[in-house]
Amino acid sequence: MSTSTAMPRPSAGRSVGSYAWPVGFGVAVVLVFVFYRYWLPNIANSGEKLVADWFPITTLNLCVIWAIMAIGLNIVVGYAGLLDLGYVAFWAIGSYTGAWMMSSQFYQVTVHFGAPSSLGPNAPGLHFSFWLVLVAGAAFCALMGVIIGTPTLRLRSDYLAIVTLGFGEIIPQVFQNGDQEHMGFNLTSGTKGIGPIDPIGTGWLSNLKGVDPALGLSSYELPYKFLVYSLIAAFCVFVSLRIRRGRLGRAWLAIREDELAASMMGVSLVKTKLSAYAVGAVFGGLGGVCYATLVGSVFPNFSFNFSITILLMVVLGGMGNVWGVIIGALLIAWINYTGLAQFGNWINDQFNTHVNFTSWNFLIFGVILVLMMLFRREGLLPESRTRLIMREPARTELEVLGADIEAAEAENVAVAEETEEELVAAEPAPRDGDSS
Amino acid sequence: MTAAPVEQETPVGFDALRAEQIVIAFGGLVAVNDVSFNVPQGGIVSLIGPNGAGKTTFFNVLTGLYRPTAGRVYLDERDVTGKPPHKIAALGLARTFQNIRLFNLMTAEENVMVAMHSHLRSGITSTVFRLPWQRREERRAHDTSRELLEFVGIAKVRNEYARNLSYGDQRRLEVARALAVQPKVLLLDEPTAGMNPQESARFVDFVHQVRDEKNVSVLLIEHDMSVVMRVSERITVLDRGERIAEGGPDDIRANERVVEAYLGTKGTRDGRQRS
Repeated sequence: MSTSTAMPRPSAGRSVGSYAWPVGFGVAVVLVFVFYRYWLPNIANSGEKLVADWFPITTLNLCVIWAIMAIGLNIVVGYAGLLDLGYVAFWAIGSYTGAWMMSSQFYQVTVHFGAPSSLGPNAPGLHFSFWLVLVAGAAFCALMGVIIGTPTLRLRSDYLAIVTLGFGEIIPQVFQNGDQEHMGFNLTSGTKGIGPIDPIGTGWLSNLKGVDPALGLSSYELPYKFLVYSLIAAFCVFVSLRIRRGRLGRAWLAIREDELAASMMGVSLVKTKLSAYAVGAVFGGLGGVCYATLVGSVFPNFSFNFSITILLMVVLGGMGNVWGVIIGALLIAWINYTGLAQFGNWINDQFNTHVNFTSWNFLIFGVILVLMMLFRREGLLPESRTRLIMREPARTELEVLGADIEAAEAENVAVAEETEEELVAAEPAPRDGDSS
Repeated sequence: MTAAPVEQETPVGFDALRAEQIVIAFGGLVAVNDVSFNVPQGGIVSLIGPNGAGKTTFFNVLTGLYRPTAGRVYLDERDVTGKPPHKIAALGLARTFQNIRLFNLMTAEENVMVAMHSHLRSGITSTVFRLPWQRREERRAHDTSRELLEFVGIAKVRNEYARNLSYGDQRRLEVARALAVQPKVLLLDEPTAGMNPQESARFVDFVHQVRDEKNVSVLLIEHDMSVVMRVSERITVLDRGERIAEGGPDDIRANERVVEAYLGTKGTRDGRQRS
């Protein structure tokens, strides 16, 4: 729908408010970048340490990558209502695609295409431009999503969850065993992992003052990486929001609401679910490539915990609402990487204790989840329609349910009696008097 | 533009929907046995029968939910036996549900637009980039859904979530949603359940209006005999999975086997049985 025919909606924040979040996101990203790139190196030592302890830029980068993952899972779980417990598979596939195309893993060949010049022209292996690898990773994940999804998505709720769980376990295992010994061909170097992975080349942007030709692993380059990853996250948000409001997004919601009715209205269940799965996989692939370039190497340590943590982010943030999901992701990722450890240190310093708080993270997440389910089931920042179902009873829920049809009828009779005169006077063609 | 432009190039006397010798068995239980049935183009036909007669099972075969054990279903003279529900829907068969099944957390308008799914073309790319033709298509879909909601008389609540609508409005929204499929045949599964007599009476007129203005053939399952007798041009009676009678309302009223089926042979109304 075009913006000119702005529709009054029951959900708040469609017309004016709809720009508040994107603009806020952009401003926040720019502010963080400027802060870490230009201000932080120049502020007093104690202040720098405080920020470096509580909000290190590496953690922020990881937060953004988790956010990309959560946005992707939100498509599958939040929009289409398909419980996917193996989303980590796409993270792994994306990361390994990145590793293959940006390292010396395949040293037998030497292919360079748009790779940062710092590598030198003779580095063996595949060295493609980061942006090209993003596209390739996304495409490969989409393909894998379709391959995994085609047999899987014919299943319903619980069975689907279990099978996705299986795939989430299988894929990392494949990477773990993809070495000379097990496969006869060194695809992934097994547990040794792949590395080092090329930095993100900046191409002609490196002509700008202060921009490196390649964004590698030094902390000096991390703010630029943050900018790059945030740009990709923004792309994911953009795509989510756009698709949500089109034909496909409506079909996703319809399937979430009532699969059977949707199929009776001409929505192909398999195709629609597959597209949700594929789009989710694409975002997972993008996030995976980003992750590979951030860490600089890839190991087959993608465990079930990853899937569960991403799911937690989606649930905590508010299923179905991209912005809520992002907030959930940033929060949980930050707690996971820095917040909990710092908080633990602080507590230990204050009370002279020696508690290892980081090992408690899943306990704490569990408690958070229980509390959320008790007091705010819809998440921190839910989609307006989800809030509805959690907070208000449906108007006709009682009327439709079995015995209460009589109650509904009684009400109808009462209404009819009130309007009896109208009815008598009404013309034969019904129900069109109030349509204007 | 109209919502459901069904092209009338077919000859008169042509069947919009035809089921031939349908048999459905669940394990050893034969739910529907050798039932043939047709809905003529532009007709209003009812399917009645006591509880457990196999009406809903039969409906589910027509919509593609069950694959018949034997027999064939033709929609618009095209064999649709065993096709998945969404394909049959796209070919022109839409239904409402006995126990309302709307997309509760979607607005009335969105509900209707979902049903246009098979008639819209835009995919992921065109939606993400909002290509001009995708925008045009969306605008048209909005207009059509508004027209349909106006047609059933609930345009005022088009931006309300379906779950917040009153019972009557939900029933009307179901009809609007079914019409958005652009059906050739509209199946109404007990549409007057929970309606009072006045509403049922108005509903009869409404069915005629739908048939005339939207150019659809209508097949009803209905329990309310006053509605059935007034609305139907032809009635088919099922009992225990078999077709026991077919004819106009007057024939059915007079048919002994039908009375038997509804009241039982050893019922209290011996007088009727004798006549």
